[in-house]
Parts: sequence; C-alpha cells; structure tokens
Amino acid sequence: MLPDANPIYGESPRCDLHADLHEIVARHCGEKTNLLQLLIEVQACAGYIPADAASYIAATLDIPRARIESVASFYSFLHLKPVGEYRVLFSDNITDRMLGNQDLMEQMCRQLWLQPGKVSEDGLLTINTTSCTGMCDQGPAMLVNGHAITRLSSQRIQEIGQLIRNRTPVAEWPADYFKIENNIRRGGLILDNKLAYGEVLQTTKTITPETIISTIKDSNLRGRGGAGFPTGMKWEACSNAEGDAHYVVCNADEGEPGTFKDRVLLTRHPDLVFEGMTLCARAVGAKKGFLYLRGEYRYLLSHLQGVLQRRRDSELLGENILGEQGFDFDIEIHLGAGAYICGEESALIESLEGKRGVPRNRPPFPVTHGYLQQPTAVDNVETFCQAVMAMHMGAAAYRAIGTEKSSGSKLISVSGDCASPGIYEYPFGVTVRQILTDCGAVNTRAVQVSGPSGICIGEHEFDRKLGFEDLPTAGAFMVFDDSRDMFEVARNFVHFFAHESCGFCTPCRVGTSMLKQTMDKVAAGHGTQHDLTEIENLDHVLQTTSHCGLGRTACNPVLHTLKHFRPAYESRLKSLDFEPAFDLDGALARARQMTGRDDAGAHLKESE
Amino acid sequence: MTDTFQLDGATVPFEPGQTVMQAALAADHYIPHLCYHPEFKPHGSCKLCTVKVNGRTMASCTMPAEAGLEVESEIEEINALRRTLVKMLFAEGNHFCPSCEKSGNCMLQALGYDLEVHTAGFRHQYPDRPLDASHPDILLDFNRCILCELCVRASSEVDGKNVFALAGRGDTKHLIVNAESGQLKDSNIALTDKAMQVCPVGVILKKRVGFSQPIGERRYDESPISAQALLDAPRPSDAAGDCAACEDAP
Repeated sequence: MLPDANPIYGESPRCDLHADLHEIVARHCGEKTNLLQLLIEVQACAGYIPADAASYIAATLDIPRARIESVASFYSFLHLKPVGEYRVLFSDNITDRMLGNQDLMEQMCRQLWLQPGKVSEDGLLTINTTSCTGMCDQGPAMLVNGHAITRLSSQRIQEIGQLIRNRTPVAEWPADYFKIENNIRRGGLILDNKLAYGEVLQTTKTITPETIISTIKDSNLRGRGGAGFPTGMKWEACSNAEGDAHYVVCNADEGEPGTFKDRVLLTRHPDLVFEGMTLCARAVGAKKGFLYLRGEYRYLLSHLQGVLQRRRDSELLGENILGEQGFDFDIEIHLGAGAYICGEESALIESLEGKRGVPRNRPPFPVTHGYLQQPTAVDNVETFCQAVMAMHMGAAAYRAIGTEKSSGSKLISVSGDCASPGIYEYPFGVTVRQILTDCGAVNTRAVQVSGPSGICIGEHEFDRKLGFEDLPTAGAFMVFDDSRDMFEVARNFVHFFAHESCGFCTPCRVGTSMLKQTMDKVAAGHGTQHDLTEIENLDHVLQTTSHCGLGRTACNPVLHTLKHFRPAYESRLKSLDFEPAFDLDGALARARQMTGRDDAGAHLKESE
Repeated sequence: MTDTFQLDGATVPFEPGQTVMQAALAADHYIPHLCYHPEFKPHGSCKLCTVKVNGRTMASCTMPAEAGLEVESEIEEINALRRTLVKMLFAEGNHFCPSCEKSGNCMLQALGYDLEVHTAGFRHQYPDRPLDASHPDILLDFNRCILCELCVRASSEVDGKNVFALAGRGDTKHLIVNAESGQLKDSNIALTDKAMQVCPVGVILKKRVGFSQPIGERRYDESPISAQALLDAPRPSDAAGDCAACEDAP
C-alpha cells in the first residue's frame, strides 16, 4: 500500500505513484537540472523512491540510473528503500537537547516499540534524529513526513504516538501542532519596514544598473550569510562577467544550527526578499532567479508561491516589469532535501542543477561561472532585504546605521537559556551583553555566536560587539547558562558536522568522523590526555587541508570550548596516558541484548 | 617568455591554464598525489597534494599556477599533514597489504612508504563493504576504495559509459555500479575500458592475473612513487592528443 501523499499542499490524499510519475516528470519538462526537485516529489508522494520509479526517471531524462541513486543518497530526506508510512525526525540541535528532545524521543520509541533508525516491522514508521530544523525558539521540534511540529511535550508525544498507531493522516492532525510563531522580539530597519510591495522597484525601474550597483557599493552593504562579502562588488563582478545568461540566486538554505531569521523573513517579509532579488536582477542583467528553500521549510512553499503569483499579477515579475521594456525577470523556487552543505554557495548551485551538493573547486567563482557555468549572484535572504532598504534610504542614510565597517542592521536568532527566545534586530555594533539583557538571559556561561561554525565566547568576552570588525555573525545566538556542560555542547556540534560532511575530501570525510569518535570516547569516560592531543591534531588537519568551509570550521566548537572550558574536558579524562578506544564490556552489549540479560554477571568487571 | 613560480627554491616554468601540480610534474618536480591523474581534469579531493602557497595551504592540483608564487612542498609541516591524510585513508577502508594482490602496484601503499607512515595511527573503521564478484572477468573489492573518483571520471569522460558513480555522503560515501541490480555483471563495462586502468589502489581487478607479476618485481618495487610519478607526467613535447591534461599545451 502506498502511504499518504503530501496532504497539506493540496495534493491528492492518496498517491498512486504509477499514475502520477508520468505527470511529475512531465511537469519538470524532463529537465536534468530538475532531477532533485523531481525526486523530492516522488519521495513526498510514495514515501521513498522505488527502484522502478528510479529506472523510469533515468530512462526519461536520459541519464545513467546510478545518478539517481547517487543524487538521492546524498540528501538525508530522500530514501531509496521504504522507511515507513510515518517518518518522524526529531530536531537534534543542542537547543532541542536542552529542552529535553532525547527523553521525548525515548518516550516515543518506548510507546511505539521501536528503535531509533529502524523501520517498524509493520512498515508503519521510523523514528530518527535530524540536524537543526530551524525552530530553536519553539523547540523541541520534529518533522513528520516533512511537516514541522514545534513545542513538543511529553503529552504531545503521547498524542502523536496514538495518531500514528491509528494511522490518522497527518493532514487530520490538530492544526495547533503545526503552528509556527515568528517570535519577533525587537524590530528595526527590516522588521519594522512599512514599504508597500513594489515601492522600491517603482522608483528604481528607470535608473541604470550601474546606479543600482554604485548605490549598493556606497552603502557598504555586506553579505548577511556569514562571510560578509561586499554585496555591491559581487553584483558588479556578476554584471561585468560575460555569459549567455545571468542568474540571481537567493540562498534560503538556512541550515546553520541555531539560525531561524530567514524563516521569519520569508514568512513575514517575502515581498522584501523578492523585491531584493528583482533589484539584483536589474543590476546584473538576469532574467531568471532561484530561491533555494531548505527542505525543513517546505511548509512555506505554497505561501511563497502565492506571493510570487501575486507579484506576477501586479507586474512585479514577468516580462516588462512595471511597464519597463526589456525588464524581464521571474523566480522559481527549488527545494533542498536535508543537506547543510548546500548552504555553501557553489554546493547550492550544484544542487540547483539537480546534482549532489558538493562544493566546487574555486576559482572560478559563481559570479563568473555559477548556475550552468553562467554568471550568478548568490546572496542570503537577509542580504536581499537589506539591499532594498539601502536602495530605498540612499547609501549615506543606510551607511549611518551600524558601525564604520558594518553598515545597516542585523537579525539575530536568539535561542537557548533565556526568557524570550526569538528574533531581535539591532544595528551592527551591539554588544553581546546587551542582547543577553534584552532576551532575559541570566547566569550565562557562554554564547555560541553564528552557530557551530562560528565562535563560542565566555563571560569575559560579553562586551564584544557584533559586526565584521569584531564578532562577525550569520545570526545565530545560542545562550548557555551555568548549568550547561560545554563539553556536551561541543560534542553535539561535532556530531552535526560529521553528519553533514559531504565526504568529498579526505580530511573532512574521515576527520569529522574521527573527531566524533574521539569526543564520544571522552564522553564515555575512556578519554586520556592522548585523546586531547589527538583532537588538536585532527583540528589542525581539518583546518588546513579541507576543501571548503565546512571542514575548516568543523573543529571550531572543540577549539573554542577547549580554550575557554578545558576543565569540562579534563574532568572526564582517566588519569592515564593511553586508554584503548575498544571497550571490552561494550563489545558484549549485543550478546546481552540477544540473551535479554543485564545483570552484573553479564558485565565484565571494571579493571582499575 | 614563459612565466615562472618558485617551488621549494626551484624555478618552475608554466603555461597559461596549468595548475601548480601540472607545471611541477612537467618540470620534473614531484608533488605527492592520489586522485590526480595526468589525463584527467584535476579533482582535488584526496588533498595529498596540499602545498603551502604564499603561506596558505592549498591543493596544488587545482591551484592555478601564477607568476611569482612561492610554493613549499617538501617541508616537514606539509609532509606531516600528508602523513595524517594517508593514515586517515588507511583507517577508513579495509587495507590488508600483505594479502592484497595490488601490493607493490598500489599508490596508497607506495605513498605510505614514501612518507614513512608506519602505522595507521587512527582507530580502524572496519567498514562493511561486500565484494562484487558477479562479473566473469572482473572483481570489485570495495574494501580498498579511497573514493578518488578516477574510475567514475574515466568511465564517463573516456569510455562514455558511466559504469561507476558515488553514492551516500560523509562517512557513508561509497562507490556504486550503474545497474538496477547494482552488480557489475549487469553493467556494460569491458576489459579494455579506461576505467579498468585507473584505480590507484586495488578495487577494480582483472580476474585470474593477480599474481602473474611476482611481488618484488612490481612497479613500486623498482623505484619509489616519487620517481614513478615523474615517468608518467606529461611533457609539453609529448604527442598532442595522448593526454587530456596537456591538450592545450603547444
């Protein structure tokens, strides 16, 4: 029997893949670049990608069949084998853990008689963890068949377990489960903007691309995705690059754990985002744009498509925008499917082309050789919003906000140990301490600024300022109070990087996995001084030889916590120079499980 | 006049479009590598060819050569990184050199000797990677795969067949065969394919000839990989068309 289709998006409640497959492929015009989109639809319809569907798609698209397997197996939300009618994924960011997700998952596994990662014998469900789903301000969170559920509690888990047992379609579950709050705590330039949609395009439609680029350059706007590259320079380089076509890409693959501001922008201010993309298109001469939306935010798809359609109807997209001859631009939304690495711009472009999201060798850079090797401007959701405001206010007025090298405002996603988690907008230059005060954080031990790949700072650094001069940030701000174990925080992040490594280069593929094992060894009480040296050695190799930023920053959480909170590590070490990673007693676990024994006689004595 | 850069104090000339690795090999300077092959577009995944360029570590196979670069390769700091990478590869797969029929002809083993890697140093991962012996003439021993993608590239770019592909990601990344059954016997591979010739380790093996060349008389028994790699390196004077990597050279 085929499982539920994708009920929330108005598709048929029961999917007959064999009938629909032809239509799905046809809808994507048999384009190879749409392979990932096609696979996502098959997955949503059938619950997995059946072998005969893969063969059919390969034959129709005229691609090797192995490519289907190759692409599908790269993305964690796609499956080549049946994984249950209900696919339950607990968000496993450290903030979810702090809110008790592990107990809830255990409760659900007990209730439904299931082990994590295993398909139940009746094929009803799987329960597993997934990387941060971007709901850190309203966790613990989960995804059920791709639908986000927030504010999990023991009672809610109990109810969900019952609904699954009764095979109630997800569409009939209480709407309250799927309610997602914006939690805007402090507005500013972007969040309080009163622009009517199309307003800025109306005033800029007649000015030259060069004027747009020079205004953005003069505004000192820098990318909000983390790297902080000057936006005007990027647009200029893209505009100057020769190609058959130019493209604009909005990076809405907000995967950095602890970040959720783009989700709020796309919910509350989608017009600002699309207006920014259209402005960019005018500047670089693009006729086509993509919004790459992370799979976890799939629930926003119909809302965003509605906004796009309204903009088309209002002459803000399509041919001759606002009556301006030759100003043609339209936007297509592509979905991701559970791969953090696709937030890296060249990996994102590979994914847009329907491939595995492996970062490219650079140079050449996307501004000259991006989507289909054509000049492409890739910017973050928030960057496009800021560009519209800079254009609206004028460069000088925009530059007056923030600090000398960091102009404008920044949206901060606050989560963790504080009274009011949510979105805060500040001019650049705000201190960490100010944010902590505003969000009601007390007894704060540490803040993870800009997510696991960012920096972990301790109390003596709380007067540092957010901005490119001091503490650059993509927006995540996770607060840990003095009850938290910073070793466990780092270990969670290390697991995240190992899970998300694309596996292309040796240091990251093997190194993140070794780092994870060493951290687990220390956590299990088998660590020694030697392991800390080993961690430092792995960090060095990752930092110096990795192919992309993921590998190079994968060791940051450990490096920073070792620097500030070394006792959290050392208190776990055995006072030995060497301790084998092999755990004799642990090796008997399987035998204990098979014999159903767990008494003292079934364990080896700890030899001291 | 051709431009030059410095490699460990030596002056290396290069043609426009060449990478640091290509120019170095053409000028008789060895830089360790595994996933680089003179006949294919540089790929940059193994990172064994990491060098220091003007103080920054870069993969030399993908780094475009530029006039005046200061490249350091044969220095302890870089060789220490390479040693760790080789150890990682040994620990990641199931490599048992004494019983491997590729012993003496294996680039990973030869690099290990050249860099004086005496032990894997890391905890062995012992991945479960079943063999594929389905094909009458060819054996696939995935245990030894280092995921360099040379067979993938050879099959697609030279043979035009796409017999191989990579699946999974991170530590679950693995080599797969293009067939609904997943078995090599159901693919269109042929013994004469380029994909049969490029595996630097012992994954793709011709059956029944494993030991026809005695151990002790094999490629890396004669001279170390640092010398052998230079013999393979394309020279600007080579016949045009022989080597994809030097097609653009005059």
